[in-house]
Amino acid sequence: MSQNLLELAGVHTHIGAYHILHGVDFAVPAGGVTMLLGRNGAGKSTTLRTVMGLWQASAGEVRFQGKSLKGVATPDIATQGIAYVPESMGIFTDLSVQENMVLAARKARNASELDTQRLDWIFGLFPALKKFWLYPAGKLSGGQKQMLAVARAICEPRALILIDEPSKGLAPSIIRNLIDAFGELKRQKTTILLVEQNFMVAKALGDTVAVMDNGVVVHRGAMAELAGDEAMQQRLLGLSLGAHQ
Amino acid sequence: MSAATTAQTPAAAAAAVPKAQFDWRPLTLLAALVLLALPAIGSPSTWLTLTVAGLAMGLIIFVIASGLTLVFGLMDVLNFGHGVFIALGAFMATTVMAGLTPWAGSSAGLQLISVFSAMLVAMAVAGAVGWAFERVIVRPVYGLHLKQILITMGGMIVGEEVIKVIWGPQQIALPLPSALTGSWLVVVPGGEASVEKYRVMAAGIGLLVFAALAFTLNRTKVGLLIRAGVQDREMVESLGYRIRRLFVGVFVAGSALAGLGGVLWGLYQQNVTPQIGAQVNVLIFIVIIIGGLGSTLGCFVGALLVGLMANYTGFLAPKVALFSNIGLMLAILLWRPQGLYPVTNR
Repeated sequence: MSQNLLELAGVHTHIGAYHILHGVDFAVPAGGVTMLLGRNGAGKSTTLRTVMGLWQASAGEVRFQGKSLKGVATPDIATQGIAYVPESMGIFTDLSVQENMVLAARKARNASELDTQRLDWIFGLFPALKKFWLYPAGKLSGGQKQMLAVARAICEPRALILIDEPSKGLAPSIIRNLIDAFGELKRQKTTILLVEQNFMVAKALGDTVAVMDNGVVVHRGAMAELAGDEAMQQRLLGLSLGAHQ
Repeated sequence: MSAATTAQTPAAAAAAVPKAQFDWRPLTLLAALVLLALPAIGSPSTWLTLTVAGLAMGLIIFVIASGLTLVFGLMDVLNFGHGVFIALGAFMATTVMAGLTPWAGSSAGLQLISVFSAMLVAMAVAGAVGWAFERVIVRPVYGLHLKQILITMGGMIVGEEVIKVIWGPQQIALPLPSALTGSWLVVVPGGEASVEKYRVMAAGIGLLVFAALAFTLNRTKVGLLIRAGVQDREMVESLGYRIRRLFVGVFVAGSALAGLGGVLWGLYQQNVTPQIGAQVNVLIFIVIIIGGLGSTLGCFVGALLVGLMANYTGFLAPKVALFSNIGLMLAILLWRPQGLYPVTNR
């Protein structure tokens, strides 16, 4: 087992009066894709937001590259090397695709300072972004917005990418496109923590998996093990892979 | 897909990329108001005088309101105390220009230097007080709209009282230097129109501020961050930028611009009272609501509409003039409930 890049130990999160996470424990090994699965309301998105510092953990500890993120502000967490793609995608719709990318590249003051080699690689993954480079991001289709959201996260090398339900509401062909792009990132040993409801995506990409329910992790292990055990899927997720094929 | 559609020429492929459409309708509305006023007023010379006055008033309001709209857009902060920076700027101008009284009777160059010195000092003091206002009054109530309204209004009342303690409660004259008094006569069909020199200068400063803001917002990374922050500040932070620092910068710059606007407004009226801020506050809130909260272009168009409407109705139907801006806001919100140029995601 490779070294863990991210570790959550007994993490509790409250949002106002609501106690959402009740002691989350799992780890994300470096260089692979960890799937975070679970029913709606299980606490997956809250977990990602807690890692990102958008909500502060009320107890427990989040450690990234061995260092605690307790009390660290979101911008500092980002500069430590964590990129975040929220469920809402967080696209700046009034800005062009190019301007969205300039913002994602923290060192670039303008488009001419973007790393052209990396940009060409991104255009290879998502050709639509090249076509609509100067177009307002708000006018892109849902799938293209998701591509832009992921492209922003990989605009510069990051140690860890948190992605929240990228396939939500997208057509199967676009999902296939995203799976291919994530597959390419995986081949490059990028560490990804991916929240997903689509089990086919999870099966195609996941190396390890954590399943959440009611604010706690109820299962940890290899993704292949869960993908091959319909009874376990039924018990943990209330589904069978067959139903998705 | 047929072979005919797949074998596109580069030109056809480029044409297939949809073009971004700029929304011209609010600007068309502005042009329509100016043009329709001409037959309503009848005399081209009166129309030109009123239009220049309206544009000058609108641009002064824009200078004051531009910071407020960005402050709201960036951090959802409703600053009802913005007026205090207007009053502060205007009163600082009375002090600076009184100190430079010997220059008032000298060359036009020295007179203009005294006016611009007053503007710079007013901006510096308003900016510095804005920084303290943000730290002491605004910061503890982030995210709490009701408390923001109450405490910033309270801040303005306290500010007004402090101004009374320093400068006294009475009205203070802020006369224009002789280089800026008087008018130019412009020949128009059917006679000559009088265009006041000061109004042209105020409009010029307003346009300069708009150009500087447009350049900063559209051509610099800081501007890009402000525009992005107005839409989704959480995502800006997730990309690794400290939006709080950006917000403090915008708050200080907005306060400094309000100070500049106070000088322009004081010189426009040629007198200053401690209530000047509260009087202008209503107008600037109408402007930022008309424009679309957080939108600089909307604020610009909204300010011009308000300035022109106030001058046209003041001439055509003085009894309606007080109601005209509220009526304008009502009509625009019925047409576009989010304002002329709404900021997406808000």
